[in-house]
Amino acid sequence: MRKPVLLVMIGVAGLLLVRNLLVMAQLPDEVMQGAIFRIIFFHVPAAWTAFLGFFAALVASILYLVRGNLKFDAFAVAVTEVGLAFGAANLISGMIWGREIWGIWWTWDPRLTSMLVCWLLYSGYLMLRRAVEEPTQRARVSAVFSIFAFADVPIVWFSIKWWRTQHPQPVVWGGGSMDPSYWNMLFLNWIPFLLLGLVFVAIRMRQESAKREIDAIRRMAHAI
Amino acid sequence: MDSRNITFMFYGLAAVWAVLAIYVGMLAARERNLKRELEGLRHMVEERK
Repeated sequence: MRKPVLLVMIGVAGLLLVRNLLVMAQLPDEVMQGAIFRIIFFHVPAAWTAFLGFFAALVASILYLVRGNLKFDAFAVAVTEVGLAFGAANLISGMIWGREIWGIWWTWDPRLTSMLVCWLLYSGYLMLRRAVEEPTQRARVSAVFSIFAFADVPIVWFSIKWWRTQHPQPVVWGGGSMDPSYWNMLFLNWIPFLLLGLVFVAIRMRQESAKREIDAIRRMAHAI
Repeated sequence: MDSRNITFMFYGLAAVWAVLAIYVGMLAARERNLKRELEGLRHMVEERK
């Protein structure tokens, strides 16, 4: 993606975020939770962006194993890393929210635990990549690992339906209690997250291409 | 509503942006390192030629 396009995307994301923050400030407080419920407009879109990144990594990993093109591997690592950043934002904002509403920073509840396991699995994916030197072997091993890691994503997603959890039930789909008037804000705040995610992925892919160029020059330097 | 509730709301929002800002910092640092490494290697190859 070209630099001006990335800059426009960052600008649009910034404007939307400012607009959303202003609208958020006008929303009435939630009856039970008060002002802090507004964290939902960041906590949930961060999780959605992370899961979208992990799903994109799954697709790219399968495509790499089928076609053997290293561009799919570069895309997989880019979306995984960006997914991890948004996943960390989701986990930390959730902990702060939990501290105020539940009185605890953390509990080993199925939703929180499976999300933490998911985050650690994808961190393991990045560590695994550092351990394998040869590019095609690294891409193959990481693709298999990424497919394996994705098995945890549906567990995170459905954990609140499958088990009794401290974490609330789904607020948007599946019998949650969120007022539909808040849905617009939730989805509108997801757009800047997606735009920022796309910008990060584009930058990260450019870096992977620079890494491939460095590897190629090193091989050439050895041959001279 | 007590001020603690509002304070924690700000902590939550700040945490999201702090995490993303740290990631942007990491991306920028990696970009700089890659650029430096690439230029160094190109220079070395030209010298060897």
